[in-house]
Amino acid sequence: MADNAIITGVHNTKVGKVPGSSAMSLHAEAALGAIADAGLALGDIDGVICAYILTENYPMLSSAFCEYLGIEPNFNAGLNGGGATGAMMVMQAASLVETGQCRHVLCVAGDSRVSGMTRDQAVAVLADFGHPQFEVPYGISIPAAYALVARRYMHETGATLEHLAALAVTHRAHAAMHPDAHMQDPITMDDVAAARTIASPLRLLDCCLISDGGAAYVVSAPDAARDTARHPVRVLGAGQGHTHEHISQAPSLTDFGCKNAAARAFAKAGVTPSDIDVAEIYDSFTITLLVELESIGFFATGEAGPAALAGELTHGGRLPCNTHGGLLSFGHSGAAGGMFHIVEAVRQLRHEAADRQVPDAELCFAHGDGGILSAHCSLVLGRG
Amino acid sequence: MTAKPVPRPNADTAPYWEACNEERLLYQKCGACGHNQFYPRSICAKCGGGELAWTEAAPTGAVHSFTVVERAPSEAFKPDIPYVLALVDMADGYRMMMNVVDCDPAAVEIGMAVRIVFENRHGQKLPQATPA
Ligand SMILES: [Zn+2]
Repeated sequence: MADNAIITGVHNTKVGKVPGSSAMSLHAEAALGAIADAGLALGDIDGVICAYILTENYPMLSSAFCEYLGIEPNFNAGLNGGGATGAMMVMQAASLVETGQCRHVLCVAGDSRVSGMTRDQAVAVLADFGHPQFEVPYGISIPAAYALVARRYMHETGATLEHLAALAVTHRAHAAMHPDAHMQDPITMDDVAAARTIASPLRLLDCCLISDGGAAYVVSAPDAARDTARHPVRVLGAGQGHTHEHISQAPSLTDFGCKNAAARAFAKAGVTPSDIDVAEIYDSFTITLLVELESIGFFATGEAGPAALAGELTHGGRLPCNTHGGLLSFGHSGAAGGMFHIVEAVRQLRHEAADRQVPDAELCFAHGDGGILSAHCSLVLGRG
Repeated sequence: MTAKPVPRPNADTAPYWEACNEERLLYQKCGACGHNQFYPRSICAKCGGGELAWTEAAPTGAVHSFTVVERAPSEAFKPDIPYVLALVDMADGYRMMMNVVDCDPAAVEIGMAVRIVFENRHGQKLPQATPA
């Protein structure tokens, strides 16, 4: 997929508690921000891809969004791959521009998970992601599902609670460098260890946030670069991997679809993990990122945790990762959560990441996973 | 206070849940490829075949992984905290999610042998695991 699509505009709204926001207002703010960032006008958008929201009920969200914004695109669709949706949107939009069906595709998501629902409601709605007959009756929650992965992964690979804590601490330090991040106060290894257990072995600070927020990007035909304002970012490779939806049906608790998704994206881009300058990888829990770093091949099994402890995942290390702070500390507002990684990837590759900039970043790996490590989509992005 | 969720059988799963009410555990065996399947489906997820025979399961297994849940997903589970959520590898070669009940959560470990007991949940019996 060499150079068949570029990302021309990105935007994230404020993230955290955003008073006065609705799911749709966050969509609109993110969309207009990304279109302005690209230097385009609303009328240039001829394709729209939306995701899903939990706080309001729109069975045809993408149609509802276009109606809200007052646009009549040539192509309009919803995508739901959970946390993988943000990366899947780029993959889908790239094929729309590659095949000439669209010239500028707007991808947008947002949800008001703090302002639009109580914390108990958010936890309850998310628990419904378990199988209705064979998991939900047993009191599954999303943290509990990931805790099942964590326990087994630690058992097989020797990963430790300290390794998980190092990831949480690194993410918070990164978020402190981003003015829009939800949580900016530094945390220590002791803070993570002292945080209350949610579902053993996972503690509160091993878990992502619940945030209001929105994100959007514009994916354009390569020759559209001349119409737009910013340094283009090329979509060099994309790939998906799917093994299950429910954790009780996962073929393995230590190896997941991220392996195939990443291998497909790397093969299309013609690069390997060692070529990557900066990575933005889904981190719904500390264990999520640990598993993915090893399964994708950035680190050998059992080595990602020690690398995190040694500072290899931050600036100056072997693989600066989640330079915006990730879902753990930048924020998590539904499908937009996985889009924040891609927004940050684009800023890194444009060399617009200010204090967070990885020097001379040319190649970025971005990855999203949805469900319980169920649906995966990987992207290799390059500075144009 | 809301009640704990009760499984709502559908056409695929009704025989399974009816057998649970008789304290028998069933799985599906594929006549075409021999795959032992759980959860129940209308087709075999290994080969696409449709000759699935309801088969009585050996009611034993081993803990593949587990977590002690300290934050309940809903009001209904709060009185149970801390409770054990586990993935159990059954003797017939498939995996089930269950709670490990009648057991100190601190005593549960990976590999622990368990057997099936049935919990009566508002008229529907539900398989659960307990130390063998
Ligand atoms: Zn079969």
